[in-house]
Amino acid sequence: MGEISMGKFDVINSRAVRVDASDKVRGRALYVDDMKMAGMLYGALLQSPLAHAEILNIDTTAAQRLPGVKSIITHKDAGLVKFGVSPARYDETIFCHDKVRHVGDNIAAVAATDLDTALRAVSLIKVDYRELPAVFTVEEAMAEGAPVLHAAFPRNITAEVQDEFGDVEAAFKQCDLIKTTSLVNKRQDAAFIEPQGCIASYDFSGNLTLYSSTQSPHYIQRVVSMVLGIPMGKVRVVKPYVGGGFGPKAATNHMELAACLLSMKTGKPVKMNFDRQQVFMHGRSRHQFFHHMTTGVKKDGTIMALKHDCYLNGGAYASFGIATVYYAGSLLGGPYKLPAMKYHGYRVYTNLPACGAQRGHGGVIARGCWEQQLDMIAQELGIDPIEMRLRNMMSAGDVTCNYLDMSSLGMKECVEAVRDRSGWKEKKGNLPPGKGIGMSCGFFVSGAGYPIYRSDTFHGTVIIKLTEDGGTALVYTASAEIGQGSDTTFAMIAAEAMGIPLECVRLESGDTDFGVDLGAYSSRQTLMTGLATKEAGEDIKRQVLEVLSEELHVPVEDMDIKKGFIVFKGEKPDITALRTRYIKEHRGWSDNPAMDEELSFREASRMAFLSRGSIVGKGKYKPPILGGQHKGAAVGTSPAYGCSAQVVELSVDEGTGKINIEKMTDAHDCGLAINRTSVEGQMYGSLSMGLGEALFEEVKFDDKGRVINDDLAEYKITRALDMPAIEPIIVESNEPNGPFGAKEVGEGAIMPAIPAILNAVADAIGVRIFELPLKPERVYMAIKEYKMKKEKEKGIEGKTLAGSSQKQA
Amino acid sequence: MKKLIRVTVNDMEYEVAVKPNQTLVDMLRYDLGLTGTKNGCGEGDCGACTVILDGTPVSSCLVLAVQADGRAITTIEGVEGKDGLHPLQKAFIEKGAVQCGFCTPGMVLSAKSLLDENPGPSEEEIREGISGNLCRCTGYLQIIDAVKSVSK
Ligand code: FES
Ligand code: FES
Repeated sequence: MGEISMGKFDVINSRAVRVDASDKVRGRALYVDDMKMAGMLYGALLQSPLAHAEILNIDTTAAQRLPGVKSIITHKDAGLVKFGVSPARYDETIFCHDKVRHVGDNIAAVAATDLDTALRAVSLIKVDYRELPAVFTVEEAMAEGAPVLHAAFPRNITAEVQDEFGDVEAAFKQCDLIKTTSLVNKRQDAAFIEPQGCIASYDFSGNLTLYSSTQSPHYIQRVVSMVLGIPMGKVRVVKPYVGGGFGPKAATNHMELAACLLSMKTGKPVKMNFDRQQVFMHGRSRHQFFHHMTTGVKKDGTIMALKHDCYLNGGAYASFGIATVYYAGSLLGGPYKLPAMKYHGYRVYTNLPACGAQRGHGGVIARGCWEQQLDMIAQELGIDPIEMRLRNMMSAGDVTCNYLDMSSLGMKECVEAVRDRSGWKEKKGNLPPGKGIGMSCGFFVSGAGYPIYRSDTFHGTVIIKLTEDGGTALVYTASAEIGQGSDTTFAMIAAEAMGIPLECVRLESGDTDFGVDLGAYSSRQTLMTGLATKEAGEDIKRQVLEVLSEELHVPVEDMDIKKGFIVFKGEKPDITALRTRYIKEHRGWSDNPAMDEELSFREASRMAFLSRGSIVGKGKYKPPILGGQHKGAAVGTSPAYGCSAQVVELSVDEGTGKINIEKMTDAHDCGLAINRTSVEGQMYGSLSMGLGEALFEEVKFDDKGRVINDDLAEYKITRALDMPAIEPIIVESNEPNGPFGAKEVGEGAIMPAIPAILNAVADAIGVRIFELPLKPERVYMAIKEYKMKKEKEKGIEGKTLAGSSQKQA
Repeated sequence: MKKLIRVTVNDMEYEVAVKPNQTLVDMLRYDLGLTGTKNGCGEGDCGACTVILDGTPVSSCLVLAVQADGRAITTIEGVEGKDGLHPLQKAFIEKGAVQCGFCTPGMVLSAKSLLDENPGPSEEEIREGISGNLCRCTGYLQIIDAVKSVSK
């Protein structure tokens, strides 16, 4: 399979070809909208045109009469069971009943024989509204007497977080320099290329199967079961290939639930899709953050304390927002030694589509704010920014002030790698005007330490079954391949653990019938599903060797399986009888082993079946108890942390404010790299998303709360022409809590991108910008203001000088 | 009223009854079952629906099925030749240019028509050639690398 083995491993730590690539380049890989079922109906949603309004009446009579309409459902059919992401804030129902809270809020759904009919029926549903005053900004939402979205949450505060670790005020007293800055970003859209879609199929035995473009079949299964009142055992969620997720697809959406209900009502499969506008209206991507930070340091650059306030404009529902507001604070605990940290965060409801999780959940803008500030501090102290970061760096074994345990941390290696490979020392301070170089570090969890609902559940279970003929291992996991390459990763880990070639592994994933897996979010799968896979593989190996031991009278400890063959540590036993038996069973086969060949795994696993029946290996993983005892301590804990450093080189056109990113040198510590090509793929992808967020991404609304740029032309993401040269550097620490030493790369890699760009821009134009994105107008204005300020300063200086000279005269 | 059209798709002739407002991407996906062509936006912005129409790459979500009457189309399903995968497809696999794969069919077709026109494009020309195809996963560099590797 075109892999080059690079070290002590036979399968992992190589460059493997993805197991799904050959179907994907042929257009053969099936995504949910590529599927079709007999008798399938098509569904459509009725969504609110208003941002905040009371629902007075819903009249479906005209729609009902339309030929081809099979079912129309509203809150009357769907009930009012609340759901959401974290049980502490279940604040959504499938359909609104009393009021709508944002443009795009869901009111009804139709199933019809074809999509055109379903859409026409939707347009025939008549809703009477009484419009309510709406709030769109944090200030409006928190103002005295402001309209409230959810009665139980006065001042529209979804969640307020207050934490202090160490004594911040005392630490500030010992500081030589205290600096306060802020950073605000704009709401993002994850802009995966495949819009959400699903097919629900309810059968007449009362089983419901939902095929969905999701990142977490397990979470969807739970919510579907809870909201529709069907036992979990009768709900199966299957994830076909998914065209990207990046966060928003980790939560259950209303369309999935509506499709299930429509299928139950009609007894037919029902397909539903978001169009691109609906993707924007559904939202659930990166929040808008307002960060305000004060950092105190000693003269030598030692960081002493951080005081941090943050407001999140969250939209109409909580979604992942509680976790987001906690992450925004807790992820600054590392990677620097920070003795004291105080955090005050608010996550606020507004009449906009809900925000949720997006790559680098909660931490990206906080990191941007702080790393820019640290750069400013370094500048004021006259210390090289890289040097200052190195002086403060934690190393493996350190624990942050908020109890995050750095079980491995190749941070120093990352920083040194980007410094040396980018030519930082020669370039920093020596670039011509208009050119800049900047750097930043990043830091992220390798899987959330706790599930999103309180539970002692395993975070991942894996089953491996050997085919009875011997030779092929079937790996079953409910984990979610959404493009990141997890299927390949787990096939590789399974092969390595069993000691067989990758070709002998067949992996099926993304199906709740295969077990429990919390899914693709918080960069958790490589570590967590990986450990469960490894355990299952080792279980298989043990069972096969046990049977061999009985057959050959060799102790299990004296045997191993490597590259698909049995290795005997001591003297080789006589395998003639065993082999003869195997060959007898395969009369007529052309690929039977010759008598002098090594004993193969295929033969051994056949013997194992003959002796014990189906050989099934099981693996499971749940993290140990992690973190502190404070409220919200769970968010930010992880069995391991990935980290990264980046140097960005760019130029700024002073006449237009246009930024041209020329080169990014990026190092990421992912622990042991399972598949180097995929690790680099995650780095490239993260950087491209970070670049887009830094330079142009912004979801814009009009004064009625409607998305203005709800398409992929006006909502700009990075294109091929925008990409700079990137040098990816993989740093491999050995993570003791990860499978074969592996940990995350999927999200951590985005963390340094925005601040490194901010710092490089400041280096190029001499002025700091505290608002994203860095679109040309903003950069141009910043340059202009800076120049005017300089002129004025010069002018004043000139005057005072003149004044004093007069006096002297 | 549906209209009967005759199209050649991947060297096969089809007669299809299509609605006047039906898009080509819909016809390919739902009438002919050629679901390799993807729909990411339906409004000409993402390039996921790229097919080659009489030698020119087009966004099939912006073309009406009736406009394809009497014309020849290549979709991703038709890129593989008798001798197996097209060199571009092989290069995409080898260079790690595929992640979620949703943009891949469109990317391959844009790259193919670029190379058909200009077998030795510069890096800038490659970037131009795929600039209408959005990819949110890969950051494009491995795709550019793949195209470069099969350029003359
Ligand atoms: S689907 Fe045609 S360009 Fe996006
Ligand atoms: S590989 Fe996912 S959009 Fe390109």
